[in-house]
Amino acid sequence: MEMINLTIDNKSLVVKKGTTLLEAASSIGIDVPTLCHMHLHDMNIENKPGGCRVCVVEVKGRRNLAPACCTEVADGMEISTHSMRAVNARRTIVELILSDHPADCLICAKSGKCDLQNIAHHLGIREIHYQGEQSHYREDTSPAIIREIDKCILCRRCETMCNEVQTVGVLSTINRGFEAVVSPAFEMNLDHSSCTYCGQCVAVCPTAALTEVDETGAVIRALSDPTKTVIVQTAPAVRAALGEEFGMEAGSLVTGKMAAALRRLGFDHVFDTDFAADLTIMEEGTELLGRLNKYLAGDKEVKLPILTSCCPAWVKFFEHHFPGMKDIPSTARSPQQMFGAIAKTYLAEKMAVKREDLVVVSIMPCVAKKYESSRDEFAVDGNPDVDYALTTRELAQIINLANIDFKSLPDEEFDNPMGESTGASVIFGTTGGVIEAAVRTAYEVQTGKTLERLDFEELRGMEGLRKATIDFDGLPINIGIAHGLGNARKLLEEIKAGNSEFHAIEIMSCPGGCIGGGGQPYHHGDVEILKKRQKAIYAEDKNKSIRKSHENPYIKKLYDEFLGEPMSEKAHHLLHTEYFDRS
Amino acid sequence: MTDYKMHLLVCGGTGCKASQSEQIKNNFKNQLQEVGLENDVQVIHTGCFGFCEQGPIVKVQPDNTFYVSVTPDDTREIINEHIVKGRQVDHLLYTDPNTKVQITESKNMDFYKKQVRIALRNCGFINPENIEEYIGNDGYSALGKCLEELTPESAIKMIMDSGLRGRGGGGFPTGLKWDITRKVENEQKYVVCNADEGDPGAFMDRSILEGDPHTVIEAMAICGYCIGANKGLVYIRAEYPLAIQRLKTALTQAREYGLLGENILGSDFSFEIEIRYGAGAFVCGEETALIHSMEGKRGEPTFKPPFPSQEGYLGKPTNVNNVETFANIPPIITKGADWFSSIGTEKSKGTKVFALAGKINNVGLIEVPMGITLREVIYDIGGGIKNGKEFKSVQTGGPSGGCLTNDFLDTPIDYDNLLAAGSMMGSGGMIVMDEDDCMVSIAKFYLEFTLDESCGKCTPCRIGNKRLYEILEKITDGKGTPEDLTKLRMLSHVIKDSSLCGLGQTSPNPILSTLDNFMHEYEAHVNDGKCPAGQCKALLQYVITDEKCTGCTLCFRNCPVGAISGEKRNPHYIDQSLCIKCGACYDKCKFDAIKIA
Amino acid sequence: MTKVKSLADLKKLKEEVQSKIKLREKGDHPENLIQIKVSMATCGIASGAKDTMNYFIEELEHQGIDALVTQTGCMGYCYAEPTIELTIPGNQPVVYGDVNKTKAQEIIDKHIKLNELVDGIIPVSYKTL
Repeated sequence: MEMINLTIDNKSLVVKKGTTLLEAASSIGIDVPTLCHMHLHDMNIENKPGGCRVCVVEVKGRRNLAPACCTEVADGMEISTHSMRAVNARRTIVELILSDHPADCLICAKSGKCDLQNIAHHLGIREIHYQGEQSHYREDTSPAIIREIDKCILCRRCETMCNEVQTVGVLSTINRGFEAVVSPAFEMNLDHSSCTYCGQCVAVCPTAALTEVDETGAVIRALSDPTKTVIVQTAPAVRAALGEEFGMEAGSLVTGKMAAALRRLGFDHVFDTDFAADLTIMEEGTELLGRLNKYLAGDKEVKLPILTSCCPAWVKFFEHHFPGMKDIPSTARSPQQMFGAIAKTYLAEKMAVKREDLVVVSIMPCVAKKYESSRDEFAVDGNPDVDYALTTRELAQIINLANIDFKSLPDEEFDNPMGESTGASVIFGTTGGVIEAAVRTAYEVQTGKTLERLDFEELRGMEGLRKATIDFDGLPINIGIAHGLGNARKLLEEIKAGNSEFHAIEIMSCPGGCIGGGGQPYHHGDVEILKKRQKAIYAEDKNKSIRKSHENPYIKKLYDEFLGEPMSEKAHHLLHTEYFDRS
Repeated sequence: MTDYKMHLLVCGGTGCKASQSEQIKNNFKNQLQEVGLENDVQVIHTGCFGFCEQGPIVKVQPDNTFYVSVTPDDTREIINEHIVKGRQVDHLLYTDPNTKVQITESKNMDFYKKQVRIALRNCGFINPENIEEYIGNDGYSALGKCLEELTPESAIKMIMDSGLRGRGGGGFPTGLKWDITRKVENEQKYVVCNADEGDPGAFMDRSILEGDPHTVIEAMAICGYCIGANKGLVYIRAEYPLAIQRLKTALTQAREYGLLGENILGSDFSFEIEIRYGAGAFVCGEETALIHSMEGKRGEPTFKPPFPSQEGYLGKPTNVNNVETFANIPPIITKGADWFSSIGTEKSKGTKVFALAGKINNVGLIEVPMGITLREVIYDIGGGIKNGKEFKSVQTGGPSGGCLTNDFLDTPIDYDNLLAAGSMMGSGGMIVMDEDDCMVSIAKFYLEFTLDESCGKCTPCRIGNKRLYEILEKITDGKGTPEDLTKLRMLSHVIKDSSLCGLGQTSPNPILSTLDNFMHEYEAHVNDGKCPAGQCKALLQYVITDEKCTGCTLCFRNCPVGAISGEKRNPHYIDQSLCIKCGACYDKCKFDAIKIA
Repeated sequence: MTKVKSLADLKKLKEEVQSKIKLREKGDHPENLIQIKVSMATCGIASGAKDTMNYFIEELEHQGIDALVTQTGCMGYCYAEPTIELTIPGNQPVVYGDVNKTKAQEIIDKHIKLNELVDGIIPVSYKTL
């Protein structure tokens, strides 16, 4: 490995060839401010268009300033990261950005979490010397994501996520110069595009140019309406991240505090999406085994591998890009929708509440769940199974509005019957979790034996594409895992070409799975946060007394009292769905 | 093969074509047939002669007679008089504006006297749509020489020794660029010809492709041989239909003759060329942006390194040269590095093609040896300033260049001198301004161009240039303050210092050079509310001189806003608060009674 | 068109096609060439100047002599048409009258090739346009 000698701010250092000035400076504790740059280490995701020019530094002997994020070190370089020339350029650049940015910080969705606001503060900008025309672009709303492009600073992070990571290809820069904006092709509305609403663009947007549709107002109104019974479900990944919104360490598990907070907000019942995740395993696992056994019996028509279907962005992705394969994913609805369907039938009946008076709110790490809950097939006579899907961030906002001191809340339990869950359902929140949960149940159902170990380490990790073979008592089951739609695309292309080796594949749209969902607290490019959330999820699983979905007593009860058995006609009607060609 | 006794060369460049040169050519053909001379006289559409000011051009050979401003109505006279009777048509000859003497041969015209045509050697000489004419004039012999007699290394050494530097604006040594690309190991490499000419008023590359497409094809093949590439791409703007058509014809012919394709001239070197169309984005002249555009991506630059020679088109090593650079390659190979390096200055060898435009008598395309002075170009070749006005400034280097004053007229033109003077060579635009040009407006004009052409990727160029433009607009609107002048300079420096690509790094040059050289004009706008050149409408006042006004009421009747009042046969008066400065009164007044103040 | 398969092929082709543009090259640089201007006014044409001119072009080409044959206007010697003006580089122009094919052959053989003057010179100093 070739090593390079250089000095940064008069400090000598030796770094590997190929290191950027930004990395080199950071290695000796010098922070060069950046704005457009984003590097999710370990995930191989990097956005460094060198466009914002905030990170420019002075290189001795060079005619102009160099962007630290994309300039590589060279032998004998003498760098001055904070010379007055560099600082002046940096401040001028931020002033220029601000001169073309709506000054509505007070009512902005991103206030306090905005990278632009932070950097303006950091650079001590008190006056914008260069005022002038501001760019104006129409607002574009969709069921899940709002584009407020006047706030776009063209960092291009969303483009990297949409095109390179997710291979969805909806967002790209159009027009030139001052008129340049990030937009779907032909400036079509987002809801006419093939956007999957995965929300990764929202997750990385430094400003409020891309935000989720805000449903906090609607939920607050429902909670204050005495004629409504309002119940809530919380997705597995939320509990591993919500604490961050209240200044807690990343990876803090706040399951109990969350339940307590929801109760204080006035939800009539506080349930858990995890319950529905167990239900999903029952249905999806049964479907998997059904297909697998038919295949083993010699039926060559049966579709394998089976693909998971819990992730709404993933569903929309294959509906747009691989419509010819829409019979391959499991027909099982996602846990959110299973919860909604059961709540508005079984539960409503039990509680003697009319469907139209029951409001189901879900708390999701996800932006696409808003879209999923709005799909026509998940409503009865126009009344949706899930009324409102809030993101983790929106929930935090309501908690703050209610002046609840989250950190000092006691731990409380979920309500029953839809609050009981197993360790298997908790791990739905991370990449590899759904398939691990399915394996725990499918193994025991298929082999009739009890699993000796429940931790399938071979299915865990952060690699974008993983595979493992699980021994089903002599029967090798090949399992594939992909997170990030770009990785999913690779597996789908394999299946399309007829050379997929897998029996079952788990796909999650967001890098890391739901812990890295588009609705989670902003990670600001720090991938360590995602790893800590993942660790918390597995810790929660370990702590659970029941760790296999089919052992959840309330699930058993639900089948006994209401559904009959997995894949029954009633289960089909309420818990399964169909997919559409959206190409 | 018919042996023609005479050749009628009709300019087929875009400019002359727009002035009906196609019709002239057809007239000649028909009328020759009428007099039965179609087998004696050949009519040829050539590339641009360069003397666009006097177009359409018709040259009669071997009589070496140069007819200017020919119209389709003149063709019969040329045939009847010159062709049939051997008498020159005097009124179509060029008249020297100074001596008033009619000149028959182009080489005796001031416009051509100081020109040395290397890149343009075939323009106006051969039929660009006939490969045999190119071959007849030594065409493809350089490629042949490379393939049979030279190793890639020795051919590159010739280019290096010749001192040829990139003609697209950067001035990077061409041989060195080839050598770097050659040394990067990769099975697939590419040669790219940058024909995305975008400077306002510049048409060097277009003229070469229209007039001599084979020279570019030959040079690209030579480059391919030298760097180890078997694929060439010409990136050309779709707005150059004639150049595209000629290039396509030339490519087809080169393939037919085996000068492109597999095993060229029996060697084991194979080379193919494809055309890629640009949508006319100035920034796509920047090589990384060009490559992205060719890949079907958004045409915007990326940070270098990696340079295209390392990672270019589709991630493969790519050598990008401009059209004019390529046009110099075959003569260097055939005539030698010493011949080429004997022309020019110490660090800038050979010639440079310039597009002369603006307030100059001889607008057109010229090729001059490096080291010629701006004065020679403007006064000798260009014939001086139009309408006898005073020279004020010359702008070189296109929108990225600077505006130079009188003081620089005797500076020998080369890369380094222009840079030192605060301008640049650029791709060869040269626009001359006279006393009537307002330098603040000129700076604004160029900035408007870069504003339109900025890709918007980096902040300083996207927003900074917009703010610069707004400040200039404020000044020309008469609302500028002294503080604005400071702001202009400060912001210009930051934009130059921090922009991503050459476009942004040079876009403030017109402002900085006019601030340096014409500060008094800025100050007049800002401090005195006056535009010295009388160009900034907001700062003008139309005033009626009482002594001269006869009270004819013509101005009163023509004022569209009723700003003029007065009694018949008495001096009239313009109400400044109502006046929209349309100038109608000024144009109509027969007594020179209205003055611009 | 058969393909050009070698540098030798290319050179051969160049020889073949060079004539296509030679005329223009000559026109651009006549100083070093033998120049023959044939008077081609009405009277000249009536007396056969066209044939004379063609004969010069063909014969010189045939003999491989590089020369520039152009037409010019009336020289004023209507009694001696066709008239030509011959310039050998470095020498004063000479005007011949009554140049028919035989005379032309003689001029080529003697004046052009051997630099010996031939009968028929119009001895008045004359300058063409």
